[in-house]
Amino acid sequence: MAENIKCDYCDNQATVHLTTIINNEVNKIDLCEDCAQQKGVSSNQGISLNDMFSNPTGDTGAASGLACKVCGFTHADFRTNGRFGCPSCYTSFRTILQDTLENMHPGTHHLGKVPDQLLGRMGSKDRELRLQDALHQAISEENYEEAAKLRDKLNEIRSSTGLAITPGQGK
Amino acid sequence: MTISTLIKTGGENLQDSIPIVLSTRIRLARNLCDYPFPGWAKVAQKCEILTHARETLSQVPTLKTATFFNMEDLSETDKLILVERHLISRELSESSHSSGVLVAKSQGSSIMVNEEDHLRIQILRNGFDLDKAWRTINTLDSRIESKLDFAFSDELGYLTACPTNLGTAMRASVMMHLPALNYTNQVDKVIRAVNQLGMVVRGLFGEGSDAIGHFFQISNQQTLGESESEILRRLSKVLVEIVRHECNARMLLMESERIKFMDKIGRAFGILRNSHMLTSKESMGFLSLLRLAVDLGMLPDDTRPLVDRLFMESQPGHIQVQLSGESGTDQRDFYRASLLRKATSKLPQLNFDILRDQEFTKLFPGGL
Repeated sequence: MAENIKCDYCDNQATVHLTTIINNEVNKIDLCEDCAQQKGVSSNQGISLNDMFSNPTGDTGAASGLACKVCGFTHADFRTNGRFGCPSCYTSFRTILQDTLENMHPGTHHLGKVPDQLLGRMGSKDRELRLQDALHQAISEENYEEAAKLRDKLNEIRSSTGLAITPGQGK
Repeated sequence: MTISTLIKTGGENLQDSIPIVLSTRIRLARNLCDYPFPGWAKVAQKCEILTHARETLSQVPTLKTATFFNMEDLSETDKLILVERHLISRELSESSHSSGVLVAKSQGSSIMVNEEDHLRIQILRNGFDLDKAWRTINTLDSRIESKLDFAFSDELGYLTACPTNLGTAMRASVMMHLPALNYTNQVDKVIRAVNQLGMVVRGLFGEGSDAIGHFFQISNQQTLGESESEILRRLSKVLVEIVRHECNARMLLMESERIKFMDKIGRAFGILRNSHMLTSKESMGFLSLLRLAVDLGMLPDDTRPLVDRLFMESQPGHIQVQLSGESGTDQRDFYRASLLRKATSKLPQLNFDILRDQEFTKLFPGGL
């Protein structure tokens, strides 16, 4: 028979034991059935990430009152479900997400596949203008390494329209 | 294609069957930018997503011969069969409405609609080939992307319902057969080491499932801040290391407990050939020993694809569908035993001599 472990939130016996290892840091949480359900930790629903990464013995803090302008999903909803409501939630909850993402992943910036066709449809012009601004900024700051990267990205977009910048151009 | 025609084929080419690694799987989560995620969408919106996805996917050239199954139209047994073939997740099989799956004719790929994300695209291959699986799924994903507007952000990548999938939204997993590591109680050590490298170990059917038949699914946990190829490279390195440890554990077992193992394998073969009642769990254990016997050279190499097929065909859903109407546990166990008896009766006798005479370093020259 296993030893009796108390729930981190109340005095009941803990029956749910969560162990996460992220970036070599071991985090253990023991919960009773009721608290586990309340915190959204169950085999059916998955794990409430916000609870998982907060300090279980300390104050978990009140939900921030933030809500998604597009789908109405609230911070409290996220704490219960551990899932977001819609793609726009990532913009609405940006401020509270940073730490969670840092704990969860090796980086916080996407370095993988870029859906070129999609971005082409969704406004390559807009992307081009933003890159152009960033390029001017980089040049004015004499950050030529960054400028070269931005020029290459711009070229990628422009190559489809035959407007790519070539090394001899503009002399 | 119906579920009954689906089970008549063995799925993606089983001839590629190799020791230790059973299959390679990559899945990509994709969401449509104009809708709430399935867990938050209203029923009407989910219906709209399902219809829109279904119509659009049918226009993708490589998916024209694929079959769409609406979850509402499937019986519990049908759903179980799809789970056992790894074509849908347990989560999708439990969802009641507005969800479905598109299954490629080869059964080498499937696209779940309205699981946790709008689309879960997956490629399933036998053996160990993450690079090829990635190339295939990348092409398929780009073809779908040309027709559907996915939710994507320059900074966070592909936007998913759960932030654990953000970025590449890619989960690559490899199903490994690790009997020697399991017998020598080294699996926990492997799990701990793998976890520290940002990978996870699960059972045969994903989260919460046991290590049935000594099968372990190893996959990446992190998805943001690394490219797909970097994730696959790291995962590959871990897997090669696990294969090496399993080979070592097999060699050690055969040196220190050779007689005990010959007995275990011999008994498993005897039971598969002669028993008249077999539970699903028992048969998985015996078939697992049979797969090990093939790897050790006690049975011809071309027996492995048969063993892999039997793993699938002896599972509850696949047995249930063969029995008309209501059937009890006894009937299923009886049917399972006859299936396995028939299939193994054609096999040659186990070659025990190979274990007596062989130097075990020669059995796994350089691992895989």
